[in-house]
Formats: sequence, C-alpha cells, structure tokens
Amino acid sequence: MTNSIIEVNQLYKKYKEADDFSVNNMSLVVEEKEIFGLLGPNGAGKTTLLSMLCGLIKPTSGTFAINHLTYDKNANDIKKIIGVVPQEYALYPTLTAKENLMYFGSMYGLKGKDLNKKVDKTLEYLGLLKFSNKKIDTFSGGMKRRVNLIAGILHNPKVLFLDEPTVGVDVQSKNVIIEYLKELNSKGTTIIYTSHHLSEAQDFCTKIAIIDRGKIYAEGTPNALISGTPNAHNLEDVFISLTGKELRDAI
Amino acid sequence: MLYKFWMTVKKELLLLQRDFGGLVILFVMPLVLIITITLIQNSAFKSLSENKIPILLVDYDNGSISKTVKDNLNKNGSFSIVSKIHGIKLNETSAKEAVFKGEYQLAIIIPEKLSVDLQTKVDQNVNKILSGFGVTDSANTIKNGDVIGQKEVRLYFDPATQMTFKNAVKSAIDKMISQIETQSIYKTFQDQLGESNNPIFDQKSFIAFKEIVPTVNNKEILPNSVQHNVPAWSLFAIFFIVVPLSINIVKEKGQGTQIRLITNPVPYAILIAGKTATYLLICLIQFLLMVAVGVYIFPFLDLPVLDVSGKIMLMMNVAFFSGLAAIGFGILLGTVAKTHEQSAPFGATSVVILAAIGGVWVPVFAMPKVMQYVSHISPMNWGLNAFYDVLLRNGSILEILPEIIFLLLFFITTITIAILYDKKKRAV
Repeated sequence: MTNSIIEVNQLYKKYKEADDFSVNNMSLVVEEKEIFGLLGPNGAGKTTLLSMLCGLIKPTSGTFAINHLTYDKNANDIKKIIGVVPQEYALYPTLTAKENLMYFGSMYGLKGKDLNKKVDKTLEYLGLLKFSNKKIDTFSGGMKRRVNLIAGILHNPKVLFLDEPTVGVDVQSKNVIIEYLKELNSKGTTIIYTSHHLSEAQDFCTKIAIIDRGKIYAEGTPNALISGTPNAHNLEDVFISLTGKELRDAI
Repeated sequence: MLYKFWMTVKKELLLLQRDFGGLVILFVMPLVLIITITLIQNSAFKSLSENKIPILLVDYDNGSISKTVKDNLNKNGSFSIVSKIHGIKLNETSAKEAVFKGEYQLAIIIPEKLSVDLQTKVDQNVNKILSGFGVTDSANTIKNGDVIGQKEVRLYFDPATQMTFKNAVKSAIDKMISQIETQSIYKTFQDQLGESNNPIFDQKSFIAFKEIVPTVNNKEILPNSVQHNVPAWSLFAIFFIVVPLSINIVKEKGQGTQIRLITNPVPYAILIAGKTATYLLICLIQFLLMVAVGVYIFPFLDLPVLDVSGKIMLMMNVAFFSGLAAIGFGILLGTVAKTHEQSAPFGATSVVILAAIGGVWVPVFAMPKVMQYVSHISPMNWGLNAFYDVLLRNGSILEILPEIIFLLLFFITTITIAILYDKKKRAV
C-alpha cells in the first residue's frame, strides 16, 4: 500500500499581467518514493506549479499539501523536508563549490564535521571533490549543475523538487546526475521533476503528468501512457499526440 | 539560529573579499574623497588669504573716500588694486569690459566728487541740527539750491563670481563707506563746535564683537575645515554602502540563490541580520579609517588635525546608527529593484540627493526656507547634526539621542517596508 506525499486540489494561478491562467484547475497526487515527471511544452505551467509547491509563490486559489502539511500553517516544517534544485545555477559564482555547499547546508541546520563530511562525500560521488576549492565561475555548465543538485540534497530531503536538472549539460554529466537521483530515490526520497528530455523522463520517471496550457492532459506510468495512445511508440509520440505540433513560444 | 546567522555573515564577508572592485569602492574611494575634498577646501581658504585677488579700481573721486577705500583694500591683504591695464589708465567702460570678459572678478567705480559731495551733505545735515539748537551762525545755514543727490559706488562682478564672494565684497565696501560717513559726521560736528584741536568725540567703534566658542577644560574648541569635513564626508561614504548592498541583493535574485534561501528553513530576518551585521562592520571600519586619516594623515598634508579626544565613542555611536540607516535603505532598494541598472544609479543618485538636502555640501541654514524643512527628512541631516553635536558643540549622549533614535527608526521602517514588499511580491 502506498501513501500520498503531495496532494494538489483544484489549483489555479494567474499572474497579474497575464491574460490566461498559468495553472488552471490542476489536481494531482504524488505517492511517496515516486519519481514524478511534469512534462509539457514551454509555458505549459510546469515551473509555476513547482514554484507554488516550493513556496515561492502563492496560488490564486485551490489548495495543496506536502506530507499533509500546508504552507499557511507549517511553512518551516515543509521547508525542512523539501529540497529544491532550481533551473538557474543557484550558487554564488565567486565562492568555491565547498563554500557554497557549506553555506547552503548550514541553512538546513547542518554543521561542523557532519556537514563537512557530507559535502565531501557528495562532491566525490558526483566527481567534483578535486574541484571543491575552485570558484563556481570557473566551472563548466555540467559541473555547475552537479553542485546545484548537491546544494538541494545535503539535508536528505523527503521530497526533492527538480526544475530541469539536466538542461544544457553533456551526456556524461546527465548520466551522473540521473544515477545519483535514482540512488536518492531508492533511499526513500520522492522526486518531482520537470524536463524537456522526454526519453530521459521515460527511463527515469515512475509516473508522468503531461501538462499544457495549465492543465493536466494525461497522467500515468510511462508505459501506460504509451500503450494508451494510438500509434505511440515512445513518450514523444504521446506528447505530440496530446499537445499538438503548434509552436509554444511563451512570454 | 546563531550558527545560521554566523554562516550568513561569513558568506557575506567572503563575497566582499572576492570582489576587489567592491572593496576599492568601499574602502579606498571614501579615503580619496575625504582627502581630496579637505585639501581643495583648505587650499581654497589659503588662496583667499595668501594669493591676492586683483580688483580693478576706477577712481574719479581722487578724494578722502577713494583714499580710504584704497587703504582699506590694501590693508585687507586679500586684494591687489589694479588701476591700469597694459599701461593704460582704466575708465568705467574698459573696467566693465575686462570684468564681463572674465579677466577680473570685480571692478569698483568711485564716482566724481564723492568725497566733496559727502562732506557737503554732512555739513548741511550737521548745520541743520545745530541751527535747531541755535548753536550755528547764519553764515553756515543751507541755501535751497545746495541739495546734494544720492551718490553710488558702482560694482561690476564677473557673472561667474560666486554669490558668497559677491556678498562678502559688497558688505566690506558698505562697511568702509559707513565708517567714512560716520567719521565725517563726527569731524564736522567738532569743526562746527570749534573743537578741531581738542577732539570731543571718540571716533573708535563703541561696539565691538568677540566670538565666544565652546570650551573644554577652559580650552577653546576652534572649529576648522577638518572638524566639518571628516564627519560630513564620512557620513556620505557610509551612505554609499547603499550601492554595493542593493547590488548584492539584486544579484542574489538574478543568480537564483535567493530562491534557494527562500526555500530553506531559515527566517528571512536571519538573512537580513547577516547582511546588516556584515555591512555595519564595513561602515564602522570605513568610519575608523576616515577618522584615522583625519588624525594621522592630515597633519602630513599640511591640514589641521581632527581632534577626537574624548569623543571617539560618541562618534562611533553616531556612525553605528548612521550605518544602520544606510543599510536599511540599501536593503529596501535591493528588495524593490529588479536589475543592477535600476539599483546602482538610483542608489548613487539618491545618496547624493540625501547628502545635498542633508546639509553635507551647503549648510542647512543657508538653504531656502522650503529646503530647510525638507532637510529634516534626510537621515544624513540627522547623522550630521549628531556628529556636529559631538565634535563642535561638545554634546553628550543625551544631546545626540534624538538623532540616534531617528536613525534607528529609519532603519526599522525601511526594513519593515522591505519585508512587507517582499512578502507581497511573493503572492503574485
């Protein structure tokens, strides 16, 4: 039997200057230890949904709970159990990898030798230990992505939000990141992940929601989505079939 | 929580340490500023007292008044009288032309028969008074046709001349002429009363003035340009922290590190406290460096020494609260601004405006009435007054308490607005 860790109920979000809702009556449930993929074209509402779940912006209406807690009552408790890996390299470029990680780790209440050990161990796992004392602005895109990931998982979060964690990185870095995420998941971390890499999502996610224009068009395991779509051989076929071929340039 | 605070301070210090340009702005530029301004102001004073200003004098009078004006100008030591240009004797037209071309700052034109007419006018007035008492004989009484019209000494100033210089010259000449007039009246009375050889009037000024300055241990505290400049420009430098601080916050938004910090279980107050503590430390170091320059470097530059004996703790107090006010403003600006292009120019310009209305450049009493009221809203005005209370008015903690409270309230208000704005923005 599985337990839900995220419950989203009739969620709406409309930005002040926007004509349409970015998130339009979304409801979904994420079970514990799932790797839940939010897939959709540009401007579909993935990042807006993730931003609300991370507590960065407030919904226009609707409710959601993380680990049965809500931000209006238990913001600090939620923040303790979630990890966030934003799409940007959310790191200080003039600090070294280690200085960045020691700082962000300390913000989760980690300190001293434990934090130091954890930082070194994770840097080593992701192939960055020898660069730990180099400034971030000297790192390649792939290296920055890996440090960005470490900064979000040092405190062993129960739920990890990842906004396109492999965008703009080489195949090697992507593999290291995905392997590490799988290991985290195997240890009990629930992962909510957005991506444009459909083949990566097909292999990586245990469940997927295809989003467009702020709505969920389909939800299920990758295999169920493929088999449920006529003439679909992979997730890309499902995606095109559901969201169409029209360009989605959004401002 | 204390550990999170300490790590935030450490992070901010590391960020500053790695930003060489920022460090130069924070520490070197204020020192350059304070030395440059004080040297310029001091040399301006010196040039007034040591280098004589040439002024054109066209003397159509050739009498006692023009002689007195010349003597007084020569005695003054600040001016040298020029009556010929390229060997040609000046007249009103050539003098006016030379001044309006900017070759000279001032021309004085003493009209024809000024001395004679003044004496005649005085004679008439004295006679009128004495005849009223029946003292004078009828031979000296005025005839109707002898009415003397008002005379004027004409002054031509280079249009580029500073108003303060103009006013000083005008008042000096006015004083000279008044003295001459008074002396003529006394002398005429004596002559009319037949006491020319035995003066009955003491012609020296009865009322003199003496400047009384505050004293400490019976020693007079004489304000000098350094006592004014160091606190004023230190305050200006302290407030310039607004620029790097607001850029620091805008950068965090751009880099995405703010997203990480908001999603961390750390109160926003700790993040603000970390920044406040770090930048406050910078402000105090900046201030101490500037005071050190005033005390130890200025004497080597032939400038007066900054006297801080027994006042340094009070001055540190003022610097501390001024720093808080500046930091509050910087945090608010950084929170509201979206880009560096918004925060940096706005920060720099607003500090210059606050300094201008706060009295850093022009004393508040010399401002127009409206601006004098406006000056009260500038935290730099509160800080400056507190520094002057300590340095020039020998004030104690009680005297500077109101200003300190205002500075603290300014910090609390700006931080509160920043927090509320940030919260509201997150709800969009």
